[in-house]
Amino acid sequence: MSVVDRQEWDVVVVGAGGAGLRAAIEARERGARTAVICKSLFGKAHTVMAEGGIAAAMANANEHDGWQVHFRDTLRGGKFLNQWRMAELHAQEAPERVWELETWGALFDRTADGRIAQRNFGGHEYPRLAHVGDRTGLELIRTLQQKIVSLQQEDHRETGDHESRLKVFQECTVTRILQDPPFPGGAGRVGGVFAYERESGRFFVLQAPSVVLATGGIGKSFKVTSNSWEYTGDGHALALLAGAPLLNMEFVQFHPTGMVWPPSVKGILVTESVRGDGGVLRNSEGRRFMFDYIPDVFREKYAPTEEEADRWYDDPDRNRRPPELLPRDEVARAINAEVKAGRGSPHGGVFLDVSTRMPAEVVRRRLPSMYHQFKELADVDITAEAMEVGPTCHYVMGGVAVDSDTAAARGVPGLFAAGEVAGGMHGSNRLGGNSLSDLLVFGRRAGRHAAAYAAGPSADRPAVDDVQVDAAAAEALRPFSAEAGEPAGGPPENPYTLHQELQQTMNDLVGIIRREAEMEQALERLAALRARARRAGVEGHRQFNPGWHLALDLRNMLLVSECVARAALERTESRGGHTREDHPAMDRAWRRINLLCWLADPAGDPAATDPERGRIALSRENTDPVRPDLLALFEKEELVKYLAEEELYE
Amino acid sequence: MSSYEARFQVWRGDAQGGGLADFAVEVHDGEVVLDIVHRIQATQAPDLAVRWNCKAGKCGSCSAEINGRPRLLCMTRMSVFDRTETITVTPLRAFPVVRDLVTDVGFNYTKAREIPAFVPPSGVAPGEYRMLQEDVDRSQEFRKCIECFLCQDTCHVVRDHEENKTAFAGPRFLMRVAELDMHPLDAAEEAGLDRRRTAQDEHGLGYCNITKCCTEVCPEGIRITDNALIPMKERVVDRTYDPLVWLGSKIRRRPS
Repeated sequence: MSVVDRQEWDVVVVGAGGAGLRAAIEARERGARTAVICKSLFGKAHTVMAEGGIAAAMANANEHDGWQVHFRDTLRGGKFLNQWRMAELHAQEAPERVWELETWGALFDRTADGRIAQRNFGGHEYPRLAHVGDRTGLELIRTLQQKIVSLQQEDHRETGDHESRLKVFQECTVTRILQDPPFPGGAGRVGGVFAYERESGRFFVLQAPSVVLATGGIGKSFKVTSNSWEYTGDGHALALLAGAPLLNMEFVQFHPTGMVWPPSVKGILVTESVRGDGGVLRNSEGRRFMFDYIPDVFREKYAPTEEEADRWYDDPDRNRRPPELLPRDEVARAINAEVKAGRGSPHGGVFLDVSTRMPAEVVRRRLPSMYHQFKELADVDITAEAMEVGPTCHYVMGGVAVDSDTAAARGVPGLFAAGEVAGGMHGSNRLGGNSLSDLLVFGRRAGRHAAAYAAGPSADRPAVDDVQVDAAAAEALRPFSAEAGEPAGGPPENPYTLHQELQQTMNDLVGIIRREAEMEQALERLAALRARARRAGVEGHRQFNPGWHLALDLRNMLLVSECVARAALERTESRGGHTREDHPAMDRAWRRINLLCWLADPAGDPAATDPERGRIALSRENTDPVRPDLLALFEKEELVKYLAEEELYE
Repeated sequence: MSSYEARFQVWRGDAQGGGLADFAVEVHDGEVVLDIVHRIQATQAPDLAVRWNCKAGKCGSCSAEINGRPRLLCMTRMSVFDRTETITVTPLRAFPVVRDLVTDVGFNYTKAREIPAFVPPSGVAPGEYRMLQEDVDRSQEFRKCIECFLCQDTCHVVRDHEENKTAFAGPRFLMRVAELDMHPLDAAEEAGLDRRRTAQDEHGLGYCNITKCCTEVCPEGIRITDNALIPMKERVVDRTYDPLVWLGSKIRRRPS
């Protein structure tokens, strides 16, 4: 018999970054009693690390901008694999979402006439990113956090309780979605979540007909990453374990510019604003090598010479943009190739220079946190010398397969996903600045539809049986018994060691450039790690025990890593955030194909399953044809490069 | 790359009590204190509790006291210490310990709820907000705050005086009042809310005697005392408490 504490809510949001908070605000404003659960303290989510800005076609900096142009750029960036309806909604609604933040107290940098200033970024045709220096993510998270507090103040005035309609459960981790009936074996309607408090280790259940996943990404499966410890693919894994498929998991974005030295900061992000504001990339010979890497599909859009590129900053209408501002996948591959060819910097990166491009006081004003970061952590004064940078795992384009309009996850009624955990929006590669706008647009949509779903058949709330709750509790406690009992197969494993080996495996074998044999080897290593992870043991007790927390997160990281490796092995072409050395070209036949990852043996206990067999099954599906009026936004000559013959004449 | 072995003392324990535990741990070039704490976790004490997130000085999670001084673990480089020195890491002193280096910072979230939110101007639609850069510069400086709560921890008004906590919001949240007060479009006054008066009457601005300890520990370099607290004190005085202003207004109103 289960004695786990249960509470009743209408909507539960898992994750308190930009998407989660925006979803929670919307759900609460539409009348749903809403709970937010997050692993860190309220206001510390990974969104705070976003630097460059929020992409929204407000046309403050260039009157020619509009949602159609933004849509077009987004599809080009994603190499036409985007779920086009999401890209359309995103481009249309982003300006309203940014303006709304101002009514909640956000203070963006201004134009001379007092409007929101917009900056240049890779892949965006016009200056489009609303920003606050290079700390835009902090402004976003703080504004949403303060809006939540203001709603709680309203509730307090009316009910005497700040948390009567909107409550944040901070430093809590969700380990299972609960369903009625339990998956597998039925429709698996969402009934709530099973979670533990990090501080005390106490288990609890939040019952709710709607659950919004807003857990962010998966970067902690890779060794060199800009992501924080929270990015363990929790929402991806929770969706899989509830029976929902993941989409496009082979597409992982390596941001071209992470710090490379000293080793302890390797991977920390260097914002794309450095290039947007005029910074250039050079190799050890001093050459601006990006001119050598303009791919055919972008040939007409980028300057072929330094002279034209430099004129573009002042006269963008009559010159083409510098190739340093190509989409991130292109720049990351180019840096990788330069280093491989022996033209890298002393610590295995390339040089990113602003010191010769703008006066020191401009650098300090426009890029204050970069100045601070390099000064404090690397003893480098970026106003006087070049930075050393190299690719770092930054973002996963793949995620929960969702309905474009409602953010509803496929196949699990009551489950929604928004932000990085959702797939489709960015296709094979995300443009910088499109993440913060994605969070706001689809966070709001998820909150709205989750609230509507919860208000629907309210008399008929899903039941959550004790069997599921007890099974979830047993699963969460396994690491403690591993220490005591020595289960069959070997001694207890150190979760930190397992994590390091997983990161090394993904980094070396499923990284920025991929090869068939290496990915096969990765799958073998993942299987072995999965078997050892069953024996991940922890010392001590349940109160704030990071070793235990990591042991539980390993389940999610292993599941998600297998999705990435399997899908990457399957897709025999190179596109966006998926580069195959053995299939270096983009293949038009693959454009229409989405790869879906499913839990292969849903009945099995994730840890108990035969380690040799994989946990993930793949299926293929063809995407819907792009709506003709949206296709008409492109020139025929450009479409020919992406679309198969039959699509062009349909 | 040169490595050496450093001596660390890390406070371990919980609300019931605890003490300093000794560790000898390897240090490599360029590392920060958080790297060393992580190495202790991975190799010697897997259940050592510590908060952290971004490891880049942007989230304000890994606040602790290093050799008694409030600092971010991720922004304190090992190279600032002598190699022979024993480095002591203890939890924030102004807040109750949960476990090891993790403290209960709930005080700050309670105070955040006590500050009335931004009041949007009526009749100005979303998208119609117009503000000049020079008018938002000051509030933007305060919005750089990463809520690490080091200023709250170091402020002597609460650091050694638990009893002051109910009446005093602390530098971070007095600065929040100042930020809203200086926001060019905040319509609090039109809504009948006097932010400066509430700073004095409800959030304890008067307790601050401008020793600037908060400014000194701020990892974002925000000039909390000079730019937020002192100007607000001056304006409170202008309005209500300055006897000369008061006298002057009386004299002028006297019928001639």
